[in-house]
Amino acid sequence: MESLPAPPILRRRTVLNYFLGTTLGGTLCAILYPVLQFLIPPAVSEASESSVVAGTSGELKHGSAKIFRFGSQPGLLIKTPTGETRAFSATCTHLNCTVQYRPDIEHIWCACHDGHYDINGKNIAGPPPRPLEQYAVNFRGDDVIVSKG
Amino acid sequence: MNVAAQLVLLIAVGQAPSRIDSCVQCHKDLRDNRLSAPVIQMQNDIHSGRGLSCVNCHAGDDKQSDKKRAMDPAAGFIGKPRPADVAPFCGKCHSNAEFMRAYNPAPRVDQEAEYKTSVHSKRVAEGDSRPATCISCHGSHGVRAVKDATSPVYPTRVVETCGRCHVDPEYMKPYKIPTDQLAKYMSSVHAEALFKKLDLSAPTCNDCHGNHGAVPPGAASVANVCGTCHVRQSGLFQNSPHKPVFEVLGTGDCLACHNNHDTSHTTDAMLGTDQQAICTSCHTDGAGFEAAGRMSRAISLLSERIGSAEATLERATQVGMEVSRMTFDLNEARNHLIDARVVVHSFSPNELEAVVKPGMDITARAHQQGLQALEEAAFRRKGLALALVVIGLAILAIYLKIRDIEKVSSEPN
Amino acid sequence: MSGTTPNSLWQWFDKRIGLEIVVNAAREKEVPIHRHTVWYYFGGMTLFLFTVQAVTGMLLLLYYRPSTENAFESVQFIMAQVRFGWLIRSIHSWSANLLVAVLFIHLFSVFFLRAYRRPRELTWITGMLPLFVTLAFGFSGYLLPWNTIAFFATQVGTEVAGVVPFAGSFLVRFLRGGNEVTGATLTRFFAFHVAMLPALSVVIAGIHLLLVQRHGMSVPFSAKPRPLKTMQFVPNFLLRDLIGWLSALAALATLSALFPSELGQKADPFAPAPAGIRPEWYFMFMFQTLRVMPAKIGPLEGEILAVTVFGMAAGLLFCVPFIDRQANTGRKNRLLLLSGWLAVVYILVMTVLGYRR
Repeated sequence: MESLPAPPILRRRTVLNYFLGTTLGGTLCAILYPVLQFLIPPAVSEASESSVVAGTSGELKHGSAKIFRFGSQPGLLIKTPTGETRAFSATCTHLNCTVQYRPDIEHIWCACHDGHYDINGKNIAGPPPRPLEQYAVNFRGDDVIVSKG
Repeated sequence: MNVAAQLVLLIAVGQAPSRIDSCVQCHKDLRDNRLSAPVIQMQNDIHSGRGLSCVNCHAGDDKQSDKKRAMDPAAGFIGKPRPADVAPFCGKCHSNAEFMRAYNPAPRVDQEAEYKTSVHSKRVAEGDSRPATCISCHGSHGVRAVKDATSPVYPTRVVETCGRCHVDPEYMKPYKIPTDQLAKYMSSVHAEALFKKLDLSAPTCNDCHGNHGAVPPGAASVANVCGTCHVRQSGLFQNSPHKPVFEVLGTGDCLACHNNHDTSHTTDAMLGTDQQAICTSCHTDGAGFEAAGRMSRAISLLSERIGSAEATLERATQVGMEVSRMTFDLNEARNHLIDARVVVHSFSPNELEAVVKPGMDITARAHQQGLQALEEAAFRRKGLALALVVIGLAILAIYLKIRDIEKVSSEPN
Repeated sequence: MSGTTPNSLWQWFDKRIGLEIVVNAAREKEVPIHRHTVWYYFGGMTLFLFTVQAVTGMLLLLYYRPSTENAFESVQFIMAQVRFGWLIRSIHSWSANLLVAVLFIHLFSVFFLRAYRRPRELTWITGMLPLFVTLAFGFSGYLLPWNTIAFFATQVGTEVAGVVPFAGSFLVRFLRGGNEVTGATLTRFFAFHVAMLPALSVVIAGIHLLLVQRHGMSVPFSAKPRPLKTMQFVPNFLLRDLIGWLSALAALATLSALFPSELGQKADPFAPAPAGIRPEWYFMFMFQTLRVMPAKIGPLEGEILAVTVFGMAAGLLFCVPFIDRQANTGRKNRLLLLSGWLAVVYILVMTVLGYRR
């Protein structure tokens, strides 16, 4: 029994079994690969955009400001002449233009219709009907963290 | 009248003074509505609310119940002032800084002086009774603060107050000025902002023409008027080659392109060399024509590119790609577009192109990144194809296996 | 092929659990072959798709957050940041639709082949319950991405519950976790969707499967040729089942890659309802019925009448084994057949009309 070569039908069956095994194994891999990748936490582990690193603490000089990105909206990071760091939404409350800081008059200014806010974000002249939304500023090491709410 | 009835009267009239006011007592009962109505109207008046009463304006003696003694002109009583006397009548107090200070620490006391510069005042002084005096706009009895939404001079009500006269062709016949301003204004972008969006900072009649010194701004000073809000455009225009030319032509600065009352939404189509562009109403060839073309092309191109980049990013968002950084960058590009539309007023193509260029760069980058995001989504199709091939082969293998085992069961062993 | 499994690990387990019983039952199970055999596959397909839902659902649970501030953002996170998150989510979404479709086919095939007759009445009942559970899965799951369409569809859907006589207003408050659709609704639907409904379906479907194994496959009276040929469940039928399942998997993968689920816009409870709110397609026929109902029919309000009729139809369907006594003898029940076909046509027509609006 042992020394006879396998009859053709058995040879074909073996090939078929290998084929079946390989393809089923391949299918299993095609299923497991995405699942296993899914399980690995992504680099950015948190979903919500409630806080962002706006800059570094030494970056701004007194009495200057910069625009930073908060999700997809612009924010304004200001270092007041007295050295306090403040952050506001940079979207003007009148018609949504992007505001800028003007060191010459120490106002936050909107170029579109000459709207003026003071460095507390309060609307003091021109069309803007409401103050700028203010964000909370915290420091973590060298980073300036700006968060909503 | 007995004391009880008098007390009831006092309460009914709602007057702050605790003394009896003979003016009110008499006038409230008069049959002629013109004489009795003021009593009711004064119940909701800013003057009476501050403790002032009939005699503070009209003089006379409100402790006298006899008509002749109460309203004695020799004693200083002023009845209904003539139109030419209305301004001084109100100005008795309102131009007196010391008096006004008691009611408001930082009062304006220049209204009467302003009014004197107006066309209304000049004509009234000539004896015309039609033009507006203080009471035409503010009312006489029942005056409210400007901040009060029921006041005829509250921002949203100014148009109907001015319109009471200025829209009536019969009334305005002697003056030979148009009466279509209100209709035109109501079709304007400023009216839309004021009435539809309730943006109280939007201009109405008095913001351009002045409150008390109402006069149409001179043709050479229109840019300054518009420039009280549109600071940059006005500044650029006044330094542009158009300013001296427009002054000579007397076209009224901004009005030449933007109209005064029916200021409509500005569109990019206003700029350029097409038939509907405003530039071609003067420029048909030469340097101006070319400049118009260059500026129009620069802006249209940027606007288009931003639009298509935004569409790409929206598609990417819908299939779940994270595009907030690119959206932020496109916001920046939009700022450049807005900036460009302002810089148009310099009428210098070089300046404009310098503003447009960074916007174009940002847009190109954002678009590129959006396309990459979409490609990443498309790359999935390749992965899908591979997976389908594998699954397809597995199905084939199973099928063959089934055939194989079922052949065996029907084959004799 | 079906030879012995001689390794000692197996025997270690068998001595303790008694696996041989299962193996023998599987070996002995036979499936009759006749022209209606094809319908036998749909039960297993339903089970397969349900398993896909359970697995993808559990994976999504790793990242999903069920609160109004975070739900939409977490789904976006899954779609954009998590590797293959778009695939898992899209499969979950498409498989839900496929599951309901296959479930309806399974239901109607059993109905028309009258497999509910004696002794399978309980099998029918424990099969009808998972139908409602699945629809509840669909309804509760639809809200979880917290986008505009989901929010308003839920608002409309829970509003309809208020039409039920007597218990209506309680039902609405129970479903919504309050008077309006809010974060409380989201939390509640999440609880239904990931805990209560899964537990319920495992228990009931488990009983259903046990009963199916106990009674074997039902053979319609009209099946030929007699005596019936049969095939082994393991491996013949199972391999065919596997082809079906792999095809379904391929279809899901294709749909997910070519038509991934959309995010929509984050739900804003204070915004007005947008035009074109619709429920998922499997509720569309009911939605369309309510839309075309006149406000009043005689003394009754149209909506209440429609809901009551649907309720009664569901009740009748539940009790079909007890209504259709003739099924035991093989005589055609023309009334029931007609009602069944009318129902199918009605559902199809109303679904199509619902989309044409």
